[in-house]
Amino acid sequence: MHFYVMAKQPIITVNNLVKNYGDFAAVKGISFEVYEGEIFGLLGPNGAGKTTTLEIIETLRDKTSGSIIVDGFDIETDANQIKKRIGVQLQAAGYYPNLNLSELIVLFSGLYGIDKTPAEMLEKVALTDKAKAKYKDLSGGQKQRFSIATTLINNPRIIFLDEPTTGLDPQARRNLWDLIREIRDQGTTVVITTHYMDEAEVLCDRVAFVDGGHIIGIDTPDHFIDQLVASGFERKKQVKLANLEDVFINLTGKEWREG
Amino acid sequence: MNPKYSNTKATLAIARASFRSILRSPSAVVFTLAFPLIFIIVFANIGGGGMKIDVGVAKGSDTSSKNPVYMALKKNKIMNLITDQTADEMSKNLAKGNIDAILDLKPFAPPAAMTVHVQYSEASGDKGSVLKSALNNIFYRIQSEELARIQSYTNTQIPKIIDLKEETISGRPYKYIDFILPGQLGFSLLSSGVFGTAFVFLSLRLTLVIKRFFATPVKRYSIVLGEAIARLTFSLLGALFIILVGHYLFGFTLIHGVTTVLNMLVLSAIGLIIFMGFGFTISGLAKNESSVPPLSNIITLPQFLLSGTFFSITAFPKWLQYISRVLPLTHLNDAMRKVAFEGAGLGDVTHQLLILLAWFIGVYAVAVKTFKWE
Repeated sequence: MHFYVMAKQPIITVNNLVKNYGDFAAVKGISFEVYEGEIFGLLGPNGAGKTTTLEIIETLRDKTSGSIIVDGFDIETDANQIKKRIGVQLQAAGYYPNLNLSELIVLFSGLYGIDKTPAEMLEKVALTDKAKAKYKDLSGGQKQRFSIATTLINNPRIIFLDEPTTGLDPQARRNLWDLIREIRDQGTTVVITTHYMDEAEVLCDRVAFVDGGHIIGIDTPDHFIDQLVASGFERKKQVKLANLEDVFINLTGKEWREG
Repeated sequence: MNPKYSNTKATLAIARASFRSILRSPSAVVFTLAFPLIFIIVFANIGGGGMKIDVGVAKGSDTSSKNPVYMALKKNKIMNLITDQTADEMSKNLAKGNIDAILDLKPFAPPAAMTVHVQYSEASGDKGSVLKSALNNIFYRIQSEELARIQSYTNTQIPKIIDLKEETISGRPYKYIDFILPGQLGFSLLSSGVFGTAFVFLSLRLTLVIKRFFATPVKRYSIVLGEAIARLTFSLLGALFIILVGHYLFGFTLIHGVTTVLNMLVLSAIGLIIFMGFGFTISGLAKNESSVPPLSNIITLPQFLLSGTFFSITAFPKWLQYISRVLPLTHLNDAMRKVAFEGAGLGDVTHQLLILLAWFIGVYAVAVKTFKWE
């Protein structure tokens, strides 16, 4: 892909990050880099420390020790500059009650101090016809796309998506992948967490595996798979040219269902 | 990247969003407008006269216009003369206290004495004695008239024993609405400030709305200030509405007109800010939405009952009055009534304002300690 041609420029540098909650060490000395313009996946089981790591980078949580540089700014001294440069989608976050999508976009524009029209932002995520709808009345896929719209208001350099496809049907999931790739192609770096390895495989340019508060591997999905195969790994069941999800999509159509 | 970040703009964006949200939340509208108005309508209609005495007029009584006793009672606004019950119903109702007395009036034909038979009931408390003194008053008048008539035929002067001189000075009529409206206004502010603030901040915290806000450059004070501006605006508009409805439909007294209204709105704002402090505290203490109502009721109910919302706290026993005098709503109500009815300025209610200031400091000292962002 295009960015591999260029020199890999780190936009996030995490160095020896530690986070303790009392006696419990959630993150135990994590180091990694995210390159400008890539889709970077943080993978790992629940409780591995993914969300904690993400929230520290997003300036939402204090770290115990270590250093983090985001787009040239130190998280410790320039949190406010970082907030202006990133877009954050939280796992299971709600929106201000009783407001419709347009009004929520207006609210976030005010919070970011940026004049964006609701129409402009909703168009980016194909929700123009839902401008007057309430967030709670959207379908799962629409909710996620709206959340992504709010992360794009400040023209961020990086957006963080925490499990954006959890609970979506295959069509909605693929639709969201397209949207995320589009955002990446427009030059925004994307950091994403997910539990779906098929998703990480097709979507992420690079992934890091996190377990027990440590990073246990960081590479491109292709490299990881090649390495495993080279080590003599074989699937119990012969891999076919298509999987059940392909059948699902083939039978029900690629058309994305609203609601 | 972006030009200068404006905290004011962010604050106003939150205020606008919050205001819209409040307008669309049924509970806010019900608590702030509907409840106070319903109470005002109910109490404005049952208030008015105060005491009513139900007097059964026995069948066969003389109710002609020639009967001075009957005519005098009919003119007396306290007396409710009942003529459409059978003798049996009347005596049953008298025993229950549903009617306060039964009168049997024989025709008035001087010089023969007119027989008046009155049955009182132990079941109806003091009302019997009120009727008794009203009747004595009537009898005295009739007797005096008779006496005067007799005197006019002779030269004998019977000296007066008492020379009664009665006068009623002219004054502003203190209507029940003048009492009930400031109380309802105060209570509306109390519930909006406590319930509204507690619910909003708890739900913003639990649904991670505030967390999402923190991922933007917005300052914490902008969030609190924006919410406060929205609630103040909404509650002051609500207060204005209640005052205007009270004034134009129920004759609520506004001595200095617009000035009085403005003074009341300033007091409303002060009250609301203090009550919001309780709301902040509760939002921090509550674990989930269902623990908000009980915590809020601990704050609002005692003030609802003891702060002179429906009747003056002077009706309470002394020891209870001491408690009443501690509560902030008592002093807000006090100040409101002084301003509205007595035409006091804010400078005349400094005593109440100082107590409210003490509450402000106390409440916010606690709120700062208990408030939770996450």
